[in-house]
Amino acid sequence: MSPDRPLLSLQAAFTRQFVRHMRSLMASPADVANPLLFFFMVVTLFPLGLGPDPERLAAIAPGILWVVALLASLMVSAKLFASDFEDGSLEQLALAPYPLAVLVLAEVAAHWLTTGFLLALVSPLFAIMLGLPEQGLPTLVASLLFGTMCLTLIGAVGSALTVSIRRGGLLLSLLIIPLNVPVLIFGTTAVAEAVIGGNPESWLALLAGLALGSLALTPLAIGAALRVSLDS
Amino acid sequence: MYFESLSAVWHMDGHGFYVWLAYAFTAIPLALTVWLPINRIRQHWRWLQAEQRRAASASSGSANEAGG
Amino acid sequence: MWTIIHKMGSPPWFFRFSGVLVRWLLPITISLLVMGAFWGLLVAPPDFRQGNSYRIIYIHVPAAVVALAGYYVMALAGAVSLIWRIKMADITMRAAAPVGAVLTAIALVTGAIWGKPTWGAWWVWDARITSMLILFFLYLGVVALFEAYENKTAAARACAVLSLVGTVNIPIIYKSVDWWYSLHQPASIKFTGESAIDSSMLYPLLLMILAFYCLFALTVLLNMRAELLWAHRESSWLKQLAGGA
Repeated sequence: MSPDRPLLSLQAAFTRQFVRHMRSLMASPADVANPLLFFFMVVTLFPLGLGPDPERLAAIAPGILWVVALLASLMVSAKLFASDFEDGSLEQLALAPYPLAVLVLAEVAAHWLTTGFLLALVSPLFAIMLGLPEQGLPTLVASLLFGTMCLTLIGAVGSALTVSIRRGGLLLSLLIIPLNVPVLIFGTTAVAEAVIGGNPESWLALLAGLALGSLALTPLAIGAALRVSLDS
Repeated sequence: MYFESLSAVWHMDGHGFYVWLAYAFTAIPLALTVWLPINRIRQHWRWLQAEQRRAASASSGSANEAGG
Repeated sequence: MWTIIHKMGSPPWFFRFSGVLVRWLLPITISLLVMGAFWGLLVAPPDFRQGNSYRIIYIHVPAAVVALAGYYVMALAGAVSLIWRIKMADITMRAAAPVGAVLTAIALVTGAIWGKPTWGAWWVWDARITSMLILFFLYLGVVALFEAYENKTAAARACAVLSLVGTVNIPIIYKSVDWWYSLHQPASIKFTGESAIDSSMLYPLLLMILAFYCLFALTVLLNMRAELLWAHRESSWLKQLAGGA
């Protein structure tokens, strides 16, 4: 931030941070494709491990899809702040005259668009492979849209807490898996309810509430955690 | 008192094994969580006093009333 | 208010104060525990449905209750440490985490042992046990995060952030696990009749809960004293104390 340039408004700073992060993510399409590939491959493992019986697979498909989505988000959140921390741009971000929580939210949003959002969009493909009844598909996509938002935000807290630790990967999963339990429960229940023709809306509403709540609260935690990591 | 004899206490109508196992698995860790910090305090304290004595004997070429 | 916080934050004052407290708490805790266990194990009548195996309730429930409360104590200390940067709050948080983890583990193990005669299996994915398991993971996360940081001041602040996030999340976790369980609950293992507990069984339970609270306070204070002794081994007030003893 050079002193001769006028200060950007908070909104402009947010947008710029978002675009910058989006560009760096788009620069390596392989990194964007990796979680999707992981999702695909782990979904393949389940019929191999459990046997190809379509009825049984269909019965546990909501659980499989959601657990694998959780694992995929776990995998990618380990890298969320890693490169920014290493090249020092995180330090600059913390020195910028804007609330760190807002700037960080821009990064997390870009991250979510390239991981959770895409995952939710392609999930019907894998759901069909597992024989999930068709009436469950819209709910699956909706639940994953809200759910991955929560998973990404919570994952960002864990990532911010462990970014300065050398072998933080395993620790990260220990930190955030318990926090993700409600998301998993609401998500799988919504899909299961939709499959049996029940009432998925209330579960989706709960998920949306969780997503909004985490959107409001986690950026503060992420900002605080990043400052701790930068100080240590 | 509900039980009549010591063996009835031990047996608890067939549930004795589970009850006593649960109480043992509670008593042992709890005793440890109390004993370990007490032991650490004692060790640190001993170390401190030894350090004091060392400092006192090092400086007391002239005055030895510093100890005690 | 401020003078109290300042006093609490001063290590020499706290060391003396906690010393007096511990001297009283230790005998009180032990006698409460012995009394409660005696009452619960030998005096209270057996449950008409579960027989004598229900006596595990006198350790299982207190451990679970205090483990949950302990997480809130830890998070509160974390908030104080984040806001006011009080060193003593860091030490409180660090002292509370392992004690809470041990209590959660006790609740889990006794729950499993209780499950065998009641449900015929060592482990049942019952709502209360499942939420205890998740609480156990939350505690382990705090302990592991603390150990992972080299800089212990940063470690305490990181743990404070984590435990605050956990505190917001715990009610949601408990509620969601509750719903999850009631949705999947097989009819054969429904166990909801225990709300009307007889006073002959309730009083020893309350006594044991009190005893476990005392025990938690005692062990946290002891851990803090051990930590303080080592952290301040070079300071003059401690040398004076050691020299005068």
